[in-house]
Amino acid sequence: MCSHCSCGVAEVPRELPQEVSSASPPAPAPLPRTLAVTTSLLQRNDELAAVNRQRFAAAGVRVVNLLSSPGSGKTALLEQLAGRLQRRGDVAMAVVVGDLATDNDARRLAATGTPAVQITTGQACHLEAAMVQRAVDELEARGQPLSELALLVIENVGNLVCPAAYDLGEGLRLVLLSVTEGEDKPLKYPAMFHSADVVLIAKSDLAEVVGFDRAAARAAVARVAPHARLLEVSARSGDGMEALLELLL
Amino acid sequence: MHELSLMEALRDLALQQAEAEGAVRIAVMTLRVGSLAGVEIEALRFAFAAVMADTIAAAAVLRIEVVPAVCRCGGCGRRFAALDGVCECPSCGAISRELLQGRELQLTSLEIA
Repeated sequence: MCSHCSCGVAEVPRELPQEVSSASPPAPAPLPRTLAVTTSLLQRNDELAAVNRQRFAAAGVRVVNLLSSPGSGKTALLEQLAGRLQRRGDVAMAVVVGDLATDNDARRLAATGTPAVQITTGQACHLEAAMVQRAVDELEARGQPLSELALLVIENVGNLVCPAAYDLGEGLRLVLLSVTEGEDKPLKYPAMFHSADVVLIAKSDLAEVVGFDRAAARAAVARVAPHARLLEVSARSGDGMEALLELLL
Repeated sequence: MHELSLMEALRDLALQQAEAEGAVRIAVMTLRVGSLAGVEIEALRFAFAAVMADTIAAAAVLRIEVVPAVCRCGGCGRRFAALDGVCECPSCGAISRELLQGRELQLTSLEIA
């Protein structure tokens, strides 16, 4: 009842009981606005690549990112390289190898006595710096310290497109082109060849058989990778392997 | 097909930025993509829709600015468009390596609310 005139209208108490609820009241709709950000999509990878690069430098190991299309002879080249290094006896090499599936390549390399860690990427068509970091951790966990290696080769997933964008922390990027692939591969995949420090023309022992045009291939490499060192090698005959070793060590 | 992992990286970056600003949704994302970045724009768009589902960017529009590849001639210093990714100078014919732009894969802005 109203205390002023007794009119029957209930007086509103000074203190109202408060509704207890865990739900917060609906926020007012924020105003649309634009944020300028400018961040590389590869920022996280590039940061981890820098961490890898520091780790490799601290250990004093030369790290090579080996890139090519599938079936162009990366693993055969490394088997040949491993054999030569073992005969010399003074240079220790290990390999990290990436494929979508199977550990076939790591097993081939391990059979030569080379410490090898397989990265199976599942659906990923390239290696990323984080995968290399984990693989190197595994190599060390298996009792192969980085600091005892002279050379670490990262055999990337066979692909001439995607791996080009991913820095792994390597010191040298080696792109391999086999004579069976056609002389114009560098022109078809300029981004990959543009990033190469060294271009290898592999399977040179088959050059005559497949009618490989050396001059055309060299001209194609010179157009997209004028800065790159160019070497011809054959893992089968061993031609050019000593020159490659000189360049890597 | 690394477009998927690039779009996952974009999602993580964009959500982090937007949440730091207290945003409740992302309306537009703008990317700069170089013509030599090694990605397929259609594949980026396809992956974008897939990775943004169930986030505050589920309805976001993806804007892409394509950045043409431009080289600087090591011989005469001229800047020119690198057709087909080859830095062959149209003035002096020298072939060089210095790419001024064309490899970009950047998030440049977010429209949030």
